[in-house]
Amino acid sequence: MKGFAGMRVAATLGPRIAPTCVLALLGCLVATVAHSAVLPEERADLMYHYYQGGGVKVAGPALLVRKGYQEKVSLSASYYVDNVSSASIDVITTASPYREKRDEYSASIDYLHRSTLLGLSFTTSDEPDYTAEALGLSFAQEMFGSMTTFSLGYVIGRDRVFSSTDNSFADRVDRYQFQLGWSQVVTKTFVVTVNFEAIDEDGYLNSPYRAALIVGAPVPEQYPRVRTSQALAVRAKKAWRYERRGWNAALLGEYRFFRDNWEIDATTLGLGYEQYLGRRWLGDLHYRYYTQSRASFYSDDFTAAQTFMARDKELSTFKSHTVGGKLSYVMFDRRREGGEPLRSSVNLSYDYMKFDYDDFTDIRTGRPYSFGANVVQLFLSVWY
Amino acid sequence: MTTRQRLSATLAVLTVALAIGGCASEPWVMPYEREYLADPIMSFSRDPLYSKHLQHVFDTREAARGAGMAQGVGCGCN
Repeated sequence: MKGFAGMRVAATLGPRIAPTCVLALLGCLVATVAHSAVLPEERADLMYHYYQGGGVKVAGPALLVRKGYQEKVSLSASYYVDNVSSASIDVITTASPYREKRDEYSASIDYLHRSTLLGLSFTTSDEPDYTAEALGLSFAQEMFGSMTTFSLGYVIGRDRVFSSTDNSFADRVDRYQFQLGWSQVVTKTFVVTVNFEAIDEDGYLNSPYRAALIVGAPVPEQYPRVRTSQALAVRAKKAWRYERRGWNAALLGEYRFFRDNWEIDATTLGLGYEQYLGRRWLGDLHYRYYTQSRASFYSDDFTAAQTFMARDKELSTFKSHTVGGKLSYVMFDRRREGGEPLRSSVNLSYDYMKFDYDDFTDIRTGRPYSFGANVVQLFLSVWY
Repeated sequence: MTTRQRLSATLAVLTVALAIGGCASEPWVMPYEREYLADPIMSFSRDPLYSKHLQHVFDTREAARGAGMAQGVGCGCN
């Protein structure tokens, strides 16, 4: 897609140049007078998540709490745990199964001034051989009578990479993300969003445990230390009703295109359908299709040594299909004495994912690798 | 003026034009119809933890990332 001028512009602009544009746009937009925007809803969510597939099991709790103050400020905090038990194809062919735990903490503050919403967030994660921190700044402006929302975001990340098999190994990854968003209310039943994101990474971008193959012999992988990527996504939602009370159903469509300097092109297509089932139930069905081309330095089995060599299946040519659904049950929905809402729901979702690799071989069988995965999420939500 | 300076200036001028235009526009969805836009079924991501986890599952198994509905942080998951 070399003719995609928008991506060439963004690549030229680069996420490190973005702060200049962010400041210029902030100065232009803050003066706009429009209808008042609203802060995110006050809520608390408690979740149990489970993933099983490809020899990997990951499960754990997650918690999110958000609280607003005087309709100007909103604070949120979240905690997310991955308890990993891994015997994936990479692990069992080059190492031993392992268990580890990853903790992620996040906090954010949003400030609302008329139709402008400013946000600051911080996220940190910790696992035995990898730590990550990210600081994010966001800006959203409603315009045209709140029919349009324009948003900007900038995230700086710092990761530290270690090895549990080599105490002397330590390296870093620096990450810069520039995000642009446009949300448009087309009619009262139809909303469209366009999101663009450019990511610039610098540092150790591979795994210290994985090996490439040269004529069947394992050698350490060698990755470039720079990766720049661009992604553009369009999403649309259309609602309709067949009863007098509000909306009864909605259809969602999404498309994302991705490319990077490793010559990976990827396409994501998604379809979803949601419907109220009586007064208390909300059902959701969705399908997602993903396809990507391989990185320029990826090979299932190299014939000779090269400067850069990777045998990570995430960089190979593959397709995936995801089918899933979610069911929500409203336990209670009422107003408190002061008029504030008090609502609670319990939710259960299930997704089945199928990954089929074109040029990554399962060396145990000699055939192209494929696997299926099950993802379950059970969570309780309260709005107050 | 370099290419980057031209791009920044163009972006700034375009945004000012849009902002000025935004002041003069009347909304085409009437105030009494706004409640429909606030319905959870009209949200692209009504459950943030759910969206975050699903995005995390995809990001750790695919090369593509970005332009999603949830923001994450780096991990050694793959």
